[in-house]
Amino acid sequence: MATKSKQKIKPLRLAKAWSYSPAPESASIAQIKDQYELFINGKWQKPKRGAYLDSINPANEKKLYRAAIAESEDVEKAVSAARTAYDKYWKKMPAAERGKYIFRIARLMQEQARELSVMETLDGGKPIRESRDFDIPMACNHFFYYAGWADKLDYAFSNRKAKSLGVAAQITPWNFPLLMAAWKIAPALATGNTIVLKPAETTSLTTLKLASIIEEADLPAGVVNIITGAGPTGSALVRHGGINKIAFTGSTAVGKLIQQETAGTHKKLTLELGGKAANIIFSDAPIDQAVEGVVNGIFFNQGHVCCAGSRLYVQESIAAVFIQKLKDRMATLLVGDPMDKNTDIGAINSAAQLEKINYYIRLGKKEGALHYQSDALLPKKGFYCRPTLFTKVAQSSRLAQEEIFGPVLAILTFRTEDEVIEKANNTPYGLSAGVWTDKGSRIFNMSRRLKAGVVWANSYNLFDPASPFGGYKESGYGREGGWHGLLPYVTF
Amino acid sequence: MKKTTQRLSVLKTYKLFIGGQFPRTESGRYYAALDAKGNKVANLCLASRKDCREAIVSARGALGSWSQRAAYNRSQILYRIAEMLETRKDQFLAELQQQGLSRTAALSETTGAIDRLIHYAGWCDKYQALFSTVNPVASSHYNFSVCEPMGVVAIVAPASPLLGLVSVLAPCLAGGNTAVVLANQEKGLCAVSLAEVLHSADVPGGVVNILTGSKEELLPWIAEHRDVNALVYAEKDTATLSSLRTKATGNLKRIIHWPVADWQYENAQSPYLIADLQEIKTTWHPIQQIAGSGASY
Repeated sequence: MATKSKQKIKPLRLAKAWSYSPAPESASIAQIKDQYELFINGKWQKPKRGAYLDSINPANEKKLYRAAIAESEDVEKAVSAARTAYDKYWKKMPAAERGKYIFRIARLMQEQARELSVMETLDGGKPIRESRDFDIPMACNHFFYYAGWADKLDYAFSNRKAKSLGVAAQITPWNFPLLMAAWKIAPALATGNTIVLKPAETTSLTTLKLASIIEEADLPAGVVNIITGAGPTGSALVRHGGINKIAFTGSTAVGKLIQQETAGTHKKLTLELGGKAANIIFSDAPIDQAVEGVVNGIFFNQGHVCCAGSRLYVQESIAAVFIQKLKDRMATLLVGDPMDKNTDIGAINSAAQLEKINYYIRLGKKEGALHYQSDALLPKKGFYCRPTLFTKVAQSSRLAQEEIFGPVLAILTFRTEDEVIEKANNTPYGLSAGVWTDKGSRIFNMSRRLKAGVVWANSYNLFDPASPFGGYKESGYGREGGWHGLLPYVTF
Repeated sequence: MKKTTQRLSVLKTYKLFIGGQFPRTESGRYYAALDAKGNKVANLCLASRKDCREAIVSARGALGSWSQRAAYNRSQILYRIAEMLETRKDQFLAELQQQGLSRTAALSETTGAIDRLIHYAGWCDKYQALFSTVNPVASSHYNFSVCEPMGVVAIVAPASPLLGLVSVLAPCLAGGNTAVVLANQEKGLCAVSLAEVLHSADVPGGVVNILTGSKEELLPWIAEHRDVNALVYAEKDTATLSSLRTKATGNLKRIIHWPVADWQYENAQSPYLIADLQEIKTTWHPIQQIAGSGASY
């Protein structure tokens, strides 16, 4: 590579040179109720014990709404509603008609996409640009895509008659609330299962809105049940004897507990858990494009992404130039009000998550890695974290081994392909990886050797309903998306 | 003079559908659409060879952008056609009955056509998962085969005037082809009305072109045309089929025969109809053989 690493590059200081006028999205687009009940058997029902949980807007710490806490009695009610709906309607419904219901959901979501986007951003803190251009459209697309599979299962599984499992219990995380609900509900419905879904307690809003969309679509009562609550609700759902399938997206620690819990049962289990993805930059990579990819890989959704490219491996010969360019690019990132359309990095989802991220930042410094943070201005209220990177990170450092789930990038270097494959695969996780090089044959070599469920070449964080997603090793098992995404919900 | 307070209805002029527009035939000729009793219900354009050529030119022009659209987008458009058809159900019911179908038959033609469109809307981004392969070749190459649309497809619409037409058109469009349709000669009204549905359903101009006219006159010419890649014939007449095959040899046009007896049957729909109108492209790409031969990280 001809790049002179000692060459002084003039930094881009756009954030300082330009000031952006605020471009706020209107919060009044979203009609948020003060209180949400449980959506069980097609009706909004009060929780048995009458307990509710407040949900705040992490961007300003103001209370947004309160949602019911489902106790074991409510879980019982939801599971039995799902069972009745399965036996009475859903199992017997012609597949094409089932598909038409799912198409309806997709269309109604598309029509209400703007409101869903605003809700998602207010509730979870992600930039409105991301909920508007990624989360919500992708969620709609998932429904639209799986709707089409409903009457085509005989073609999907040749020589086998695919049967639905029954009642699926689904638990979704707080980082992509509506999208994860779509990933779970759409394939389950298409294959003929009924559902009890529990969203994360800090971000239930769009899933509750989805429940009202499902109501509007006139699905038979009990086919989809949405119950809110925290860990204990999820635990009661997982333990319930009346469910046939569990789909969980969340932390590896909880995933392991669920596997333990279900070990002696016939419940079919799929897990989409944590990750510590390696994003690998070879010296022949298109540098500026790769810098963009790295920024997208780690700072997308404040780094609250299970497949975030949180370990950067740069080939030694270009490391100095690359890291400088990366810092220059980081300096231009706008951190702040998620409702502002200019914002690149929004609010950290919760106080607890911010504390976890800050813990790792302190730890990194203590371990001796070199800390760098942009000097972005942060709002006074709310939970925010500047884009952060660490250089001189050791392979054994906890920064390079553990999932931080925040805008913190650990940078390591390598010389040879052998070395980087060894390092990249040296993790209990195996969700995703990125490879940046101009050489096609190297891309396929790397993608063959990387132990990860998704490999992005000269790109990062790409998703499509037609493309399967899921991990190797302790990142979980089962795939969501595409033809493979049908498998977790059928039996032969 | 008849004294009446009843309003005089406005009759519809049935025209051709070429390049997203509704021209009359350049030839100025017409023929009569008849009801069950043989009474004339409307005039239909008797398309000429020149109209046909215009339609093929339009279909070729529209192919590039249609075939390169995201499959998902084609899926949305097919679904939109179904939505449009559903809201105009009554118009089609009336037209089909005008052309001699019973109400029950007209209803099953119409609802069948809507559901068929939904079925193929779903296939747009899924048939690739069935018909594409990654091929485990012995050398160090990444080798994969994918489907590509054949191109401009001429369609001789089957006797079932709406369901049959939709059943052959939908797999053609789902697979990214563009079409020149020769409507059912005797029952051509709803083919023209379907064009109006397509026109209002985000189908880009030129992707579907619909002609009404004489099979005898136009078919030989279409079969010989060098810019048509495939021709779908959905009737049983073996003499016509063999003559089409003979005439198609000039550019080795694919003659696709779908002799479906009853389009109402569920197995009248299938991804194999989409596959019939696809070419398979195989790509070889080297895989570098560096690093840890036999490494099992």
